[in-house]
Amino acid sequence: MSAREDILARVRHNRPAGDYGLPPIPQFAIPIDEQGRLETFSRTLKAMGGQLCRSSEMASPITWIRGRFPDAKIVCSAVPEVPSDRAWSAIRKPQDLADVDVAVVRAVLGVAESGSVLFTEAELKVNTLAYLAQHLVVLLDESAIVAGLQDAYMHSAFRTARYAVFHTGPSATGDIEGVLIHGAQGVRSLTVIIGGYN
Amino acid sequence: MRVGLFIPCYMDAFEPEVGVATLELLERLGCTVEYPVDQTCCGQPMTNTGCHQDAAGTEALFVKNFSSYEFIVAPSGSCVHQVRVNMTAIEQTPEVRAVRQRTFELTEFLHDVLKVSAFPWASFPHKIGLHYNCNSLRGINLASPSEIKTVPFSKPRALLEKVPGVEFAEPTRWDECCGFGGTFNVFEPAVSVKMGQDKVSDHSRAGAEYIVSADSSCLLHQKGCARHIGNPIKFMHIARILNGASA
Amino acid sequence: MSAANVLHPEVIGDRFEGAKDAQGRPLVHAEGTSKPIRAHTRHEPQPRGARDSGNRPVDQVEAAERFIAATEHEKAHDERLWDMRLRRDQAAHALPEWEDMRGLASRIKEHSLAHLDTYLGQFEAAAKANGVVVHWAADAAEHNRIVHQILKDRGAKSLIKSKSMLTDECGFRAYMAGVGIEVVETDLGERIQQLDGEEPSHVIGPAIHKTRADVAELFARTLGSDPDDEDIPHLASIQREATRPLILKADAGMTGCNFAVADTGTVVVCTNEGNADLSANTPPLHIASIGIEKIIPRFEHLAVFLRLLARNAIGTPMTQYTSHFRAPRAGGELHYVIVDNGRSERLGLKEFWTSLKCIRCGACMNTCPVYRRSGGLSYGATYSGPIGIILDPTLNRRKYSSLPFSSTLNGSCTNVCPVKINIHEQIFAWRKVMSEEHRLPFVKSEMMKVLGYVLSRPALYRAALGAADEALRLLPHFVLANSLNTWTNKGRDMPDAPSQTFHAWWRENRGPKSNSK
Repeated sequence: MSAREDILARVRHNRPAGDYGLPPIPQFAIPIDEQGRLETFSRTLKAMGGQLCRSSEMASPITWIRGRFPDAKIVCSAVPEVPSDRAWSAIRKPQDLADVDVAVVRAVLGVAESGSVLFTEAELKVNTLAYLAQHLVVLLDESAIVAGLQDAYMHSAFRTARYAVFHTGPSATGDIEGVLIHGAQGVRSLTVIIGGYN
Repeated sequence: MRVGLFIPCYMDAFEPEVGVATLELLERLGCTVEYPVDQTCCGQPMTNTGCHQDAAGTEALFVKNFSSYEFIVAPSGSCVHQVRVNMTAIEQTPEVRAVRQRTFELTEFLHDVLKVSAFPWASFPHKIGLHYNCNSLRGINLASPSEIKTVPFSKPRALLEKVPGVEFAEPTRWDECCGFGGTFNVFEPAVSVKMGQDKVSDHSRAGAEYIVSADSSCLLHQKGCARHIGNPIKFMHIARILNGASA
Repeated sequence: MSAANVLHPEVIGDRFEGAKDAQGRPLVHAEGTSKPIRAHTRHEPQPRGARDSGNRPVDQVEAAERFIAATEHEKAHDERLWDMRLRRDQAAHALPEWEDMRGLASRIKEHSLAHLDTYLGQFEAAAKANGVVVHWAADAAEHNRIVHQILKDRGAKSLIKSKSMLTDECGFRAYMAGVGIEVVETDLGERIQQLDGEEPSHVIGPAIHKTRADVAELFARTLGSDPDDEDIPHLASIQREATRPLILKADAGMTGCNFAVADTGTVVVCTNEGNADLSANTPPLHIASIGIEKIIPRFEHLAVFLRLLARNAIGTPMTQYTSHFRAPRAGGELHYVIVDNGRSERLGLKEFWTSLKCIRCGACMNTCPVYRRSGGLSYGATYSGPIGIILDPTLNRRKYSSLPFSSTLNGSCTNVCPVKINIHEQIFAWRKVMSEEHRLPFVKSEMMKVLGYVLSRPALYRAALGAADEALRLLPHFVLANSLNTWTNKGRDMPDAPSQTFHAWWRENRGPKSNSK
């Protein structure tokens, strides 16, 4: 008998007696700030170490990026709105993104409850872009901010994407004496630029 | 109201004055209190250690002693928890079930059954740190524990608020276990003592003159810890305060 | 910083050293503490875990004693974990639906476990349809062999991985070391423990028991850094820079699995560092180790668990990264190793099967007053603290027969469990099992026999208390021999002996009233 048959047989044999029905899941209300989802998202994102600015406040995202990261040599953009220093045709393998200073990606949606943004392999082009880069800049359409996680999980991305990921602020750890570090292993900063990016 | 009084084994031996205060208090409140002389223990030392078979004889004796009472009251939540929740080593006859259900801890009896609204003979003008035995708190719901999101309540505190002069000190960890833990304090003494010392220091730093509880087992342990580190904080069982003790 | 509201003000630092927001205010997320907590000593050696007992019962008591004797480590550890507990309360209680969600999570898990064969079949079918290669491992050894074979077949010699309690449970690192595969932990805390040759001490913060001095000394010893450099951001960057090249050159990556969504075959992994994403997305091969109990039916259920998990573990609405792997990426390979290792047996234990609901949040450890003062390594097992006490005996009954007694049964763990495992009641039930299986130390079981005998015989009991109900000079639990006189030899004074027992007082003052029948 294979391990598979062995395990499944034991699981069937040891099934707990009783009626264990699946409960219906109510939709819980997310308290949204008076000023709306964007304000809530802004607050929760910042609490998790992220930054937020608006495209209306800048000449263009790339101008803002160059100003914010003056020492950045390689800006790698996965979005048409922002020019990329690294040509995507030159990227053959995930490790090729190891020298990226600033990565620019679009988010599928934002979650007001937690300050999270969602990506799939479509937005990232190469998944390691959002992890090997030193800094991450995220373009998010204001209308793509949903209230809570329950809303987010209704998105079709979770059924169709090979890889889907919520980023909630930058890479962080408090593993040494509870002292909070950003850029533990992944990006040192995460900035969301809110705009009309349909 | 006829009440059967159960006095925990350690209270019988070390704090008889608490048993006396309990008896007097219940009598003041109009109860006829009887003390079955053949009582010994609730069985907790054995069941706490997993030795339920060894507890069976003691459990049966408890039932035998108290089977004629509609209300059995004990000034110890941990004993009452053992009776109501864990007294399962003996056959669960209707008599056994009845005795188990009718066993009350003192403050819950005063709060829920007698619904006492005043203690006119009592006055205790001191700052107290109220301590909750864990079986009392989480096992028989004497108060709402800090982990749970719920409307806060506390039966012992509600009673003490009716005693003139009582002031409450607020320790940093009001419902952290003090480390007595039944046989735990015998078999894991280093942790038990550290917990007791921390508890006592917490109440001291909050300004408590007395640590007050509805369970003497915790207080005995904390007192031992306090004296060892030279902390003179005083200890008192809630029964004595409600019965009018002044110090 | 106010040190007013803590048990040990002496370990509260005066300067917040962690990351701040754009306005310069301290940030509190991931495993960061809300106030600076640091042991003010370089010189206290790190207390090591339980001594190796082979297959004999672990001596948690002895290890706990040594932890407490390391006073600075103990105080900082206690405060750090209590801080996590307080942050948990704040985040959890901000949701009016908190208790309802715990109930829902518990029912979802119970349902999933009660229909586990169906959901496992569904999960496997979906995964295979997505191009995932699915393997089944009956036990730890088989898990390790399967992973080794996957690596061998591709000539993979180096593996990077994110934190997985399951792989620790399987003794994975030791096995891989034995077959010459280099394994690098990418989580900072787990990497610290790997370099130090220690198991993780806490499910969320594997090195939570270490001071910065311990880490500085370790990195100096293993990574060649300056032993006097205790700047934590710098220590973290040392590990980042040392590990990054290993990530880039690794042949394969491995993750655990927080949740396995049955209907889409998705593996969900939560981290704060993003190291699971690095481990999975950088090398061409991703292997996910999945315990069978991780299965949940659908994404709508995942939302419930995720809203509970990070709030309960670290007091934030989410972890920094929540990753969903459903199919191999273009040009890559994805393998699932579905592991039993005693879980299917545990499913059949009437009193203990609900321990399989555990989502590894660590809140029970944070709230446990014994754990905070003993350290996770004192339990001598992969799983420590309250959840460890009820899981470990199913992994090795004899070795972990002592653990159920490392508890005061205070019940706080049960109240913080997001899936409502009745942890303290299971600890109580395990004590009964250990007693019935004659696994109690001789002294303890003999004492209980004597107590049980005396306490059930009123006349004998009264006689044992001394003639004429005299005051006793005995311990409250009637300890028999001087060698067991632990009441006094560990820091407690004896209680004062009153002049008479209550029993004697009653006889004198209320007269003999027999039990009316």
